[in-house]
Amino acid sequence: MTLLWALRFLAAMAAGIIVLVVGFLIVESIPALRSVGLLRFINDPGWHPAAGALHGEFNLGPMLVGTLAAAGGAVLLATPLGLGSALFSRFYAPATAGRWYRRLVEVLAGIPSVVYGFWGLVVLAPLIGQWQPPGQSLLTGTLILTLMILPTVALLSEASLRSVPASYLRGTAALGLSRWASIHGVVLPAARGGILTSILLATGRALGETMALLMVTGNVVQVPRSMFDPVRMLTSNIALELGYAMDNHRSALFVSGLILMALIAALVAMAEWISDERLHA
Amino acid sequence: MAHFAIVAALAGLAGCSGQRDAPAVQGELSGRLVISGSSTVAPLVAEIGKHFEKLHPRVRVDVQSGGSSRGIADVRRGTADIGMASRALKQEESDLVAHTIAADGITMIVHRSNPVAALDDAQVVSIYTGAAGNWSAVGGKDAPITVVSKAEGRSTLELFLSHFKLAANEVRPGIVIGDNLQGILTVAGDPNAIAYVSIGTARFEASSGRAIKLLPMNGVAPTVASVRDGSFPLSRPLNLLTHGPVAPLQQAFIDYARSVAMRPVVEALYFVPIAP
Amino acid sequence: MPEAPHARHGARTRVVRGGSDRAATIVMWGIALLITAVFAWILGDLIRHGLPHLSWGFLTQAPSDAGRAGGIAPILVSTMLILGVCLVVSAPIGVGTAILLSEFSARGGWYARLVRRSLDVLAGVPSIVFGLFGNTLFSIYLGMGFSILSGGLTLACMVLPILIRSTEAGLRDVPDDYRKAGAALGLSQQAVIWRILLPAAAPGLLVGLVLGTGRALAETAALLFTSGYVDRMPESLLDSGRALSVHIYDLAMNVPGGTGRAYASALVLIVLLALINLVTAWLAEHWLHRRITRT
Repeated sequence: MTLLWALRFLAAMAAGIIVLVVGFLIVESIPALRSVGLLRFINDPGWHPAAGALHGEFNLGPMLVGTLAAAGGAVLLATPLGLGSALFSRFYAPATAGRWYRRLVEVLAGIPSVVYGFWGLVVLAPLIGQWQPPGQSLLTGTLILTLMILPTVALLSEASLRSVPASYLRGTAALGLSRWASIHGVVLPAARGGILTSILLATGRALGETMALLMVTGNVVQVPRSMFDPVRMLTSNIALELGYAMDNHRSALFVSGLILMALIAALVAMAEWISDERLHA
Repeated sequence: MAHFAIVAALAGLAGCSGQRDAPAVQGELSGRLVISGSSTVAPLVAEIGKHFEKLHPRVRVDVQSGGSSRGIADVRRGTADIGMASRALKQEESDLVAHTIAADGITMIVHRSNPVAALDDAQVVSIYTGAAGNWSAVGGKDAPITVVSKAEGRSTLELFLSHFKLAANEVRPGIVIGDNLQGILTVAGDPNAIAYVSIGTARFEASSGRAIKLLPMNGVAPTVASVRDGSFPLSRPLNLLTHGPVAPLQQAFIDYARSVAMRPVVEALYFVPIAP
Repeated sequence: MPEAPHARHGARTRVVRGGSDRAATIVMWGIALLITAVFAWILGDLIRHGLPHLSWGFLTQAPSDAGRAGGIAPILVSTMLILGVCLVVSAPIGVGTAILLSEFSARGGWYARLVRRSLDVLAGVPSIVFGLFGNTLFSIYLGMGFSILSGGLTLACMVLPILIRSTEAGLRDVPDDYRKAGAALGLSQQAVIWRILLPAAAPGLLVGLVLGTGRALAETAALLFTSGYVDRMPESLLDSGRALSVHIYDLAMNVPGGTGRAYASALVLIVLLALINLVTAWLAEHWLHRRITRT
């Protein structure tokens, strides 16, 4: 029984971290919430917080839209690519090539965000800029973000695919199903839980990415009207301005962190609701 | 302080630095200096710190980054002994003392292929307020201008605004950047971009082959020399900050940082040494 | 006409039924080639600009001239120490929580759901927020200051969600037969978990560790505020130590002329990660596998 209590304690520690983080954000946000007020974070004409609580402007709306657009786009791209990568590594690649390919994806997971950001700034943005200036844009950010969350989806999905019992595969072979038919009809549904988890974790990563997006999205506070418009993420905003922000400005940045947390919590709740529906249906 | 005791016990297990426990020689400087603040100044102060440590083997200089406002907050709170700021102090910061250790000029840069050779103040204003949307309006080719500006709160932006007499929300940026190098790389990657960045870094990058060129300001060439003799109008001080009475170790470090011996170190990072 | 397929482990059937199967094969290979090509592109850039700066001295000397001369030895040591602290702290908590979620809670139980939801939200916290949080909690409140310990603990917080979810998934995928067989043999639940289930769940645990290690090495913003900027060789876990990712960031964006060495440092980081992953995989296959087949 002590084992159970020890495990419960460990789990409580793990779950408790988010409570501490949110508490920290709330404490740091209070000055801005008090002197600026929550409503102005939605209603003000723009984002010019350095002028102080009275004359400054604190609208977080465009940045929220930018964050959702980039993260959403990245998840939409990374899910099929990551799943395809996992399927390739598990079912289509010859044995040794598959192992090396997986090593490659594992290493992709460890490339620092600054390297992705730098490459995006020096290689990708000018390329896209030739197509449609200015180059640093929502599109560039989405592409870089896709690259960064791809390994999460690919590796976790692959682990899920590998754990599908061999008996299932023998069954599909006995039924004479083609490779794709057995994947599509049997393996994917069986691995569905793990795949959904991987997408959820990748979404979290996408919403929380800071450094790389700072370098490639252009950082203009506006609601993007096309993929080629520069946008600013909530996270980039914090990183960009924190080092020079004083008092209320600094506190306002923590408010944006809090709003981001609320966004993630909402997405997680929605994802759980959807998966509960599907799994128990 | 119980939590600190636990951590200290852990540290004891991990081993401690023994150097500071040996008896001190009379008059010799010893102790640890914690310096935190601007990420622009950090590499410079870290280098100076290494030289200082060689001179005074019983001293440890720990430099931390995190931004000018962090430096100010830390030195006020006592978390750091000295702060670093890449700007002059504001009125509400009169409880701190600034010791300037270098200067950093700010220049306009455009892509190397841009035919425009110089811009006067009025033209720069028209570009940055969005009035001139095309290079042809200022004597260049027919192409839309990509206006690159710095993020709010940055000292470079504030200097730019006060020199050209603009307010923050009059500027219509096409791209907003954080670091100097980000600005340089943006301009190097976009033939129609214009930005304002640190002179030293820009000079270095241009001479290393980066596709940018520096524009003179009101006829004054953007060089380290012109910043030094004061003829270049746009420059910001790099400061060490102290709060309250200055301990001997801190004073020794500040004096060393401002000494002639450290000029090559300042110049090696493409900043401008302050006049004697 | 389809031939009789052979069924073997990792069954690749020989039955090709035209249309969708062939299209699927093309798509999978296409995706793999696309990912490989992009990786090669990035790696090629890194090699082209970074290889000239790589040398034995680069790996063994301390940095000088703001990192533009000398090497990265103290930084490598700091990085490994930070990673070590992170894994030593997160592995027990992570595996323990995963065991609780998988073995001791009903699937829809409220405690398990709460823990899982908290972890999923934790996975989305921005790295810079973690840095500031870690600074406040570990460096200031718990008095650790800028230190490797503070950095490692902060990273442990960041790595936990993925470690736990991945290990839990691995445990849940172990067939119930194993548990029933263990019970039938009279083994205590503790023994079943430790000797049978965990080794069998090794793939899930492994992926969690690999992704966690990758995330830890790639993290910049969080470490800047916790383990700090000092590039001296650390003498204890309470010393501030610059991580490799922080060094890369500083050289690339802050120090004029540091770009070449930033690329070289990035190459070292990638090789380091690849080595760690190889070692982890080898350990998993030989150590855990041996345990399960022996019993």
